[in-house]
Amino acid sequence: MQYALVILLLPLLNFLVTGLMDTRWKARVAGTISTVAIAVITLLSYVTAYEYFTTRFQDGSYQAFIPFELNWLRFTDTLQVKLGLLLDPISVMMLVVVTTVSLMVHLYSLSYMKGERGFERYYAFLSLFTFSMLGLVVATNIFQMYIFWELVGVSSYLLIGFYYTRPAAVAAAKKAFIVTRFADLFFLAGILLLSYYTQTFDFTALTSGDGRMFGTIGSLTFMGGSVLSWAMALIFIGGAGKSALFPLHIWLPDAMEGPTPVSALIHAATMVVAGVYLVARLFPVYAVQTPEVLHGIAYTGLFTALFSAVIACVQTDIKRVLAFSTISQIGFMMVGLGVSGYGAHEGLGYMASLFHLFTHAMFKALLFLGAGSVIHAVHSNSMDDMGQLRKRMPVTHLTFLVACLAIAGIPPFSGFFSKDEILAAAFHFSPPVGWILSGIAGLTAFYMFRLYYNIFWNDKPPTSRHAEHPVHESPALMTLPLIVLALITLVAGFIPFGRFVTSDRGLYTISLDWQVAASSILIALAGIGLATVLYRRNNDKPARLKLKFAGLHEAATHRFYIDEIYLFLTKKVVFNSISRPLAWFDRHIVDGFMNLLATVSNRVSVRIKGIQSGHIQQYAWVFLFATLAIAGILLFVV
Amino acid sequence: MNFLSLFVVVPLLMLAGLFPARTMRQIRAVAVTGASLLMVLACWLVWMYLAERSSGNTSEMLFTAETVWYPSLHINYSVGVDGISVAMILLSAIIVFAGVFASWKMEHLPREFFLWFSLLAIGVFGFFISTNLFTMFMFYEIALIPMYLLIGVWGTGKKEYSAMKLTLMLMGGSALLLVGIFGIYYGSGASTLTITELAALTIPIELQRYFFPLTFMGFGVLGALFPFHTWSPDGHASAPTAVSMLHAGVLMKLGGYGAFRVAMYLMPEAAGEMSWIFLILTGISVVYGAFGAIHQTDLKYINAYSSVSHCGLVLFAILMGNETSTTGAILQMVSHGLMTALFFALIGMIYGRTHTRLVTEMGGLMKVMPFLGVSYVIAGMASLGLPGLSGFVAEMTIFVGAFQEPDLLHRVLTFGAIASIVITAVYILRVVGKIIFGPMADRHHEQLTDAVWHERLSVGVLIAAIVAVGSFPYWLSEMINESVAPLITHILR
Amino acid sequence: MGESILTASQAYIPLEAYILVSLIMFFAGVYGFLVRRSVLLMLISVELMLNAADLNFAAINRYLYPEHSEGFFFALFTIAIAACETAVAIAIFINAYRNLQSVKVNSISTLKE
Repeated sequence: MQYALVILLLPLLNFLVTGLMDTRWKARVAGTISTVAIAVITLLSYVTAYEYFTTRFQDGSYQAFIPFELNWLRFTDTLQVKLGLLLDPISVMMLVVVTTVSLMVHLYSLSYMKGERGFERYYAFLSLFTFSMLGLVVATNIFQMYIFWELVGVSSYLLIGFYYTRPAAVAAAKKAFIVTRFADLFFLAGILLLSYYTQTFDFTALTSGDGRMFGTIGSLTFMGGSVLSWAMALIFIGGAGKSALFPLHIWLPDAMEGPTPVSALIHAATMVVAGVYLVARLFPVYAVQTPEVLHGIAYTGLFTALFSAVIACVQTDIKRVLAFSTISQIGFMMVGLGVSGYGAHEGLGYMASLFHLFTHAMFKALLFLGAGSVIHAVHSNSMDDMGQLRKRMPVTHLTFLVACLAIAGIPPFSGFFSKDEILAAAFHFSPPVGWILSGIAGLTAFYMFRLYYNIFWNDKPPTSRHAEHPVHESPALMTLPLIVLALITLVAGFIPFGRFVTSDRGLYTISLDWQVAASSILIALAGIGLATVLYRRNNDKPARLKLKFAGLHEAATHRFYIDEIYLFLTKKVVFNSISRPLAWFDRHIVDGFMNLLATVSNRVSVRIKGIQSGHIQQYAWVFLFATLAIAGILLFVV
Repeated sequence: MNFLSLFVVVPLLMLAGLFPARTMRQIRAVAVTGASLLMVLACWLVWMYLAERSSGNTSEMLFTAETVWYPSLHINYSVGVDGISVAMILLSAIIVFAGVFASWKMEHLPREFFLWFSLLAIGVFGFFISTNLFTMFMFYEIALIPMYLLIGVWGTGKKEYSAMKLTLMLMGGSALLLVGIFGIYYGSGASTLTITELAALTIPIELQRYFFPLTFMGFGVLGALFPFHTWSPDGHASAPTAVSMLHAGVLMKLGGYGAFRVAMYLMPEAAGEMSWIFLILTGISVVYGAFGAIHQTDLKYINAYSSVSHCGLVLFAILMGNETSTTGAILQMVSHGLMTALFFALIGMIYGRTHTRLVTEMGGLMKVMPFLGVSYVIAGMASLGLPGLSGFVAEMTIFVGAFQEPDLLHRVLTFGAIASIVITAVYILRVVGKIIFGPMADRHHEQLTDAVWHERLSVGVLIAAIVAVGSFPYWLSEMINESVAPLITHILR
Repeated sequence: MGESILTASQAYIPLEAYILVSLIMFFAGVYGFLVRRSVLLMLISVELMLNAADLNFAAINRYLYPEHSEGFFFALFTIAIAACETAVAIAIFINAYRNLQSVKVNSISTLKE
C-alpha cells in the first residue's frame, strides 16, 4: 500500500504549486487543480480503506501497518523523530473522513468563494490544511503528531484570518492560535515527560499493551499522582485545546469569522476532533495505565457538552450556534472515550465515540455548508435576518433538515445510532452520567430545531430582513456537496462500525440497546416539540421565556463570561501587571545600571580633568614641590 | 595555504577591491562578487567536510593548519573546523550574502559602509575558523570595532548613544574574556594557546572557579545574557539594516559559540559546579526577553527582545551540557541567525517604505506589499516555532535535551523555557495581526510598492535556508551532533 | 690631582662662588616663573634658569674636569636651544596675543579644552 504516501504528498505539492503560483494566472485554475488533487486522494483513501479492511485482518484483529517511514531528526539514540504513515483502523477511518469532507468543501468553495480576493490563496491554505490533517492522522509517533498538530493550528490560523482586512477575523485567528498554542504547551510537556521515561515516541510501542515500559514512570509520583498520570493528563490538555473543551473552548466560536466552508472543514469535521483522535490513539495507555485520567476526560467532556449546549440555545448568529453545538458534540465524544474500558465489550464507548466522530463529521459539515448556503443567499449571519426560506431554498432546506434530525438523534439518521451507543456506554458506566447526557441530547434537539425553524419557518417582521434582496437557491456546485453529505448521513448509521473500529482492533457487533434508544428518542422528540412550539411561528413565547430566565439568558448570551475572564487574565494580569512593569524594570533598573556606570565614569573623568587646570604656573608649583619631595625622600628616607 | 584561510582572504580582497571603486556600480560589483564567493566557499566547505567525515576521518578538527606567529607566547595562526564551525560559517556566509543585497540602496557613503562591512566579515569568519585562543580573541575584537562606526555613522535614531553603549558593553565583555583567556593560558601551564591542546591539559579547579565565570560572562555579554543584554535593543534599533542582520544573525552567535568552545570545553569542572547560577540567568533571559517584547511598539525593539529570549535559549541549552541540548543550541544559533536576519531585513525594507517602525502607525501592509507581508508572516512563524521552519527543530532539540536532566531545578527552568514559546506566539501574532493584516492604518501607505528584485533575492535566500533547515534537519543535526558528541564526552569525563 | 689643577689656575674665585651665583640665578628664575603673570617675564625667568645651568656647566667643567670639554659644549648647546626656544615661544606669544589680546598666563588655558 505504498500508494498511500501519495495521499499525503499530493496536497503538499498542490499547496506549493498554488501557493507559489503567479497571481497573473486565473484564480479558477488554482481551484480546479486543487479540487482535482483532492478528488484523487479521496479516491486513493477509499482504495486504501478497502484494501486495509479486507487484507489486514489477521488473528482476530486488524494489524497496524507502516508502509513508509523516514528518519527526520535524531534527538538521542532512542528518541528519534520519524515521519511515516501508520495505517490502522482509526487512521484509515480518519483518512476517509478527512478526504471526503475536504473534497466536499473544495467543491463547494469553487462556487462559494467565487470572485473573492485571494481565491488561489484560499485553495493553497486548504491544501496545506488537508496535508497537515492527513499527516496528523497517519502519524506513526507522537512527535510526528505534534508536528502536524502545529501545522493544522497554523492552517487554521491562516484560514480564520482569510479576510485579513477585517479586524474581527484577525483577532479571532490570533485568539484561536494562541489558545491552542497555550494548550499545546501542555501537550509538548506531556510528550517530553512521557518520552523521557519510556524512551520512545512510537505509538506502536506505547500502545502495545506492554506495561513494562511504564515501569519507571508509573512508580514515580509527583504531587499525589504518578508521573505517568501527569504526562497523560498534560497530553490530554493539548487535545482539549484543539478540541475546544471547557475551559479552552473560547477560540472556536470566534473562529467562525473565517469563511463558512472553512468552518465546515476545520472547525466542525476534522481539526477540532483531533483531540478525540489523540485520546483514541493513546487509548490503551489511558484505559489500562491511567484510568483516573480517563475518568477526568469523561467529566470534562460531560461538563463541556452541557455548558455549550446551554449557550447554543440562546445564540443568534447561526454559525455560533453550530460552533457551540460542535463543542457540545465533541464533549459527547470525549464522554464516550472516557467511560469506555479496554477490550472487546468494555470498549463500547470507544467504538461509539469514533462512530460519532465519523457521523458527526458528515452531518456537521452538512450543517455548516447548509448554513453557508443560507448566508450566501441572505448576506447575514444572524437568524433575525432569516425566516421563511424553506420554499426559496428547497435543497438547502431539505438537507439541513436531514442533518438536524441526525444531530437530534432521530432514527434512521446516522446521529441516532452513534449517539445512542455513547448513551448506552454512559449508562453502563454510571447512570447519572447517562441521564445528564440524555438531557444534553434533548437540549441538542431543542437548539438545533430552534435554529432550523428560525431559518426556514419563522415569519419574523420583515423590517429586520434584507427584503429588497431576493433570495435564491444556491448554484448546483454548492447544493451537490449538500446532497452527497445528506445521503451519507442517511445511510451512515447502518455501517457496521464495530466491525472496523474497536478499542482492541478486534470485532464488535453493535446491538441497539432499545431501552436507551427509546428514552433518547423520546427526549429528542420532546426537544423538537418544544422548539416547534416556540419558534415555528413568530410569537411572544420566546420573549416571555427570556424575561422569566433573564439572568440565565444574559449569562448564556455572554457565554458565561469566560471570555471576559480570559481577557482579564491576559490584558490585566499578563500585559499590565507583568509585561509593563518588566519593560519599566528593563529600561530603568537594568539599563539604568549600565547608564549609571557610564555616568559615574564620566563624572570621575571630569574630576580628574579638573586637576589639569591648564595654568602652567600651577603645574610648575606641583613640579617644584614634587621634585623637592622626591629629592627629600631620596636624601633622608632611603 | 589552507583553504579555510580563504574565508579571511576573500573579505580582505573585498576590502582591497573597494578602495579603487568609485561608482555605486563598482562598489556593488565588488560586494556581490565577494559575498557570492563566500557563499560558494561555504557550500563547498560543507561538501568537503561531509565528504571527509564520510570517508572515515574522525579527528576533532578537520583541514587544520598552523603558522607560528609569536613563538615565545605560543601565539599561532591556527585554523580548523568541526561540524559546529562549519554550520556557523555556512550561516555567516548566507547572512553576509543576504546583507549585501539588503543594503543595495545604501546612499550615504556606500564605499565606506562596505569597507567596514567587509572588516566585520573578516572578524566573523576568522573567529569561526580559529583554533587558537589568541587569534580567536583577535578576530573577535576585529568584529566588534566596525560595529561602532557602522552604527554611529549609518544608524538611525539616537545612534551615537547606541553605538557607544553597544561598543562599551561588548568591550567590557571582552575585557572579562581576556582575563579569562589569560587564566586559561597560565592555569594550564602556559605551554599552548591552541584549543585542542589546551583541552588535554587540566586547569586546577581553584583557578577554574575564577576564570570560568569570567570567560562565560565575557561571551555571555555578546550572547545577550541577562542582565548584560541592554546593548541589544538600543544597538539593534539604531543599526542600519544589514548591520542588524549581521550583528543579531552572526555576531551574537560568537557569544554562544565561544561560551561552549572556550568556557565550557576548557573548564568543564567549574562549568559543572557553577552552571546553576548561569542557568538561572539564562532562564530569566528567555522568559524576560519574551515578556519584554510584548510591551514594545517599535518593530526593531520587539525583535531585539525576541533575540534576547532566543539567544538566552542558546546559552541555556549549552549550560544543560548534554549532547542533545548542545546540538539544539547550535541548531538554535543557526535558526535564530537566519530568522532574525530575515526579520531585520524585512523591518528595514518596511521602514524604507513607511518611514516608521512603530506598530501603532502601520496596518494592512499585506494589501500593498504582499511579498513582504508573506515573508514577515513566515519569519514570524519561524520565530514562534512552526514545524517545517528552522525554529521548531532547534527548540525541540533543546527541550528534549533539557528534559534529559531530571533534577528539580532543570525541570522548573525547562518548563519556564517551554512556556516562553507561548509568549513568543503572543507578541509575534500581535505584530503580524496589526501591521500585516487588518485595515490600512495610514492612507499614504496605499501608494507603497512591493519588494524589488534585490530585496526579493535577499529575503528569498534567507527563507529558503529557513525552510531547508526546518524541513530537512537530519543532515545538519547529524553533522553538528557528530562533532558535539566528543566534546560533551570530554566535558562530562 | 684636582687640587693641583685648582692651584695651578690661580683660583682667586673658588668653585663654590660660581655655584652660589648660579643657585641664586636659578631660584630667581624659579621664583619668577612661578609668580610672574606675564608670559614674557616667565620666559625671561626660564632663560635665567638656563643661564644658571650654563654657568654650572662651564664652572664645573673648568674646575673639576679641565681635560674634558663636554661641559662647554653643553653650555653652548643650551644657549643655541634657548635661542630657538625663545624664538618659538615669542612666536606663540604673538599669536596668543593676537587671539586673546593678552599675554597674561592665566588667560592662556584654552588648550585644555
